[in-house]
Amino acid sequence: MNPRPGSPYLNPYLAGIGLGLVLLAAFVIMGRGLGASGAFSSTLSWLVDLVAPAHAQANEYMSEYLGDGSTHPLKAWLVFEVVGVAAGALLSGILAGRAHLAIEKGPRVSTAVRLLCAFLGGGLMAFGAHLARGCTSGQALTGGALLNLGSWAFMLMVFVGGYAAAWFFRWQWR
Amino acid sequence: MMTPLYKYGFFGEEFSLLVAFVLGLGFGFFLERAGFGSARKLAAQFYLYDMSVFKVMFTAIVTAMLGVTYLGWLGWLDLSLVYLVPTHLGPQLLGGLVLGVGFVVGGYCPGTSVAALATGRVDAVVYALGIFAGTFVYAEVYPAIKDFVNSNAMGQVTLPEVFGLPYGLLVFVVVVVAVVGFWGATKIERWIGSRS
Repeated sequence: MNPRPGSPYLNPYLAGIGLGLVLLAAFVIMGRGLGASGAFSSTLSWLVDLVAPAHAQANEYMSEYLGDGSTHPLKAWLVFEVVGVAAGALLSGILAGRAHLAIEKGPRVSTAVRLLCAFLGGGLMAFGAHLARGCTSGQALTGGALLNLGSWAFMLMVFVGGYAAAWFFRWQWR
Repeated sequence: MMTPLYKYGFFGEEFSLLVAFVLGLGFGFFLERAGFGSARKLAAQFYLYDMSVFKVMFTAIVTAMLGVTYLGWLGWLDLSLVYLVPTHLGPQLLGGLVLGVGFVVGGYCPGTSVAALATGRVDAVVYALGIFAGTFVYAEVYPAIKDFVNSNAMGQVTLPEVFGLPYGLLVFVVVVVAVVGFWGATKIERWIGSRS
């Protein structure tokens, strides 16, 4: 189930310049940076509103993403941006021969454990991103380029957290 | 011509959603090009044998930072109209720590998980479900932790303002730190590579 290699990846500095120019375009055209975690908040709030509208609207966090009901919760800037991320990644993946079903994991871990870790990691990531008011895109990348104090503090701690946890989870990757 | 275009009323909210999609296209394209649709490639940053995450991220930060600096200097961009996320130091330090642990456990961050699931990575689909679960739990406990989340409010504040240093000096320092970091990261990759 591991992915077939496909074409080699782009040189990291060239890829970084490409990403940086997209981010710069966002600043110049929109007056805001890129993001990702906010799109998940909008989508979740919309889903909970479908299943249990009273509960979603009474919740302080979700009701902010639902708004006053005058516009659809998914009609949000970050939702459209993230749909674009999926389309752009798919385009790049197809061109490079890297778009196919696979599970990313090291050789020593079972599929079930890898998927459990993916789920738990996603949960932790979401909690951290909401605490910090943004994730690696909205905080580290965007705020990093704007020399935002909170973003740099956040970014430093992402690396601290990652390196602190790395030893405990090395069986998952190598 | 003055930018940001949207803030100067060059187009409305409907068109801004199309802009969002097109910017997302570029974002996703370069994330996948860099190899960030692969959890093993991303996690390698924390095991030091492939520091692409650091290299791509800091090249992007330096590129966009120099872009806004020069455009501001030329008078084409009003940087004060570019949105800054307000700083809440405590919650952001803790949030970063939790997110960093989640990165190593899950293998992705929210943006890269979208790039990975779009290219067929099943673990990224499960990871995204985890994000929804985590967001739901966060929303449920939000009333209890609200005071902490909103603590240490410092407003929209930049590093040059906090340290009382010229903006240009901080930009220059970040560029130097990045270049030295790239050199060091490559050294570390070679050292780790020669050991295994």
